[in-house]
Amino acid sequence: MVNIIWAFMAIVGIVYAMFNETMDEVNKAVFESANEAVTLSIGLISVLVFWLGIMKIAEEAGILRGLAKLFRPIVVRLFPEIPKDHPAIGYILSNITANMFGLGNAATPMGIKAMEEMKKISGTDEASRSMITFLAINTSSLTLIPTTVIAIRMQYESASPTEIVGTTILATIIGTMSAILIDRFFYYRSTWRK
Amino acid sequence: MVFITQVSLWIIPLFIMFVLLVGTWKRVPSYELFVEGGKEGVKMAFSLLPFLVGMIVAISIFRASGALEAIIGLISPVLLFLGVPPEIVPLALIKPISGSAALGVTTELIATHGPDSFIGRLASTMQGSTDTTLYILTVYFGAVGIRKMGYALKVGLLADLVAIIAAIVIVTLVFA
Repeated sequence: MVNIIWAFMAIVGIVYAMFNETMDEVNKAVFESANEAVTLSIGLISVLVFWLGIMKIAEEAGILRGLAKLFRPIVVRLFPEIPKDHPAIGYILSNITANMFGLGNAATPMGIKAMEEMKKISGTDEASRSMITFLAINTSSLTLIPTTVIAIRMQYESASPTEIVGTTILATIIGTMSAILIDRFFYYRSTWRK
Repeated sequence: MVFITQVSLWIIPLFIMFVLLVGTWKRVPSYELFVEGGKEGVKMAFSLLPFLVGMIVAISIFRASGALEAIIGLISPVLLFLGVPPEIVPLALIKPISGSAALGVTTELIATHGPDSFIGRLASTMQGSTDTTLYILTVYFGAVGIRKMGYALKVGLLADLVAIIAAIVIVTLVFA
């Protein structure tokens, strides 16, 4: 899908330029924007290095584990199909806490592990209730501190690069809560139909 | 609303202090761990590079040709009536599909409109507040061989829509 959208933008742009006589601008855009993208990526290094460095300390110091303990009662309630002491709960918790700190690379393997465990419980190739709840929580993003966005804002000389942290957290909380509610709604609708 | 901008200002320094305090208390080798984790940051920045180049060039062509403006002009009456800035539409469409592509769109919006403009703040908030539903669906279900997705896609996309609306409302309230 992203392939189509990507190619579509470039193709439509070039065709439109033929009729709109903006070929000159398009030429300039190709090389200037490629250059800009490279400069930007290199500029991102500073923030990413610093943040992932701090996160590594947080991980080793057991802060992520502590947080997982804090969320356990909530998560157990969100996944009524999974027995309380099942390993799936542990993986779900590590996935959620890693996501909260923007550790996408650490979150994905944990998420896949959680899915495997949930599949053992359901035993079919059909998505179970808990799998969909888990997906809903994951797709609504749980990131507390949007590091990359802050880095980009710094690159473009924002007067206050971090001013969007508060709005992001608020939007994330609303997004995640609605994801859980929407998931519950569809679940109860599907049982009601049967 | 002043409170939210204050939180934004304090949360990162306080978090750094907290991590370093706990790290020192637990006697982990803070500095060495920092360096180890930092190496991953270098890798991450370089792996983002081709995504950003590809997406930013495509959007730049689309914008420079005048095609983006034409489409925005076409749909803007409806969107403005709903209180949605039309410039944000490409980001809203691509966000559920690909995270790194969306990052490219966000970057382009920030570069064009400025990070402290309404569009810049909205794009920043949206980028951070939803994740890429289709990617997560493909990776997680694909990895464990789930073929029947049930209502998973519906839930994911609806939740994205709510998050996008929430971002627009919140940014309007806080910064307008």
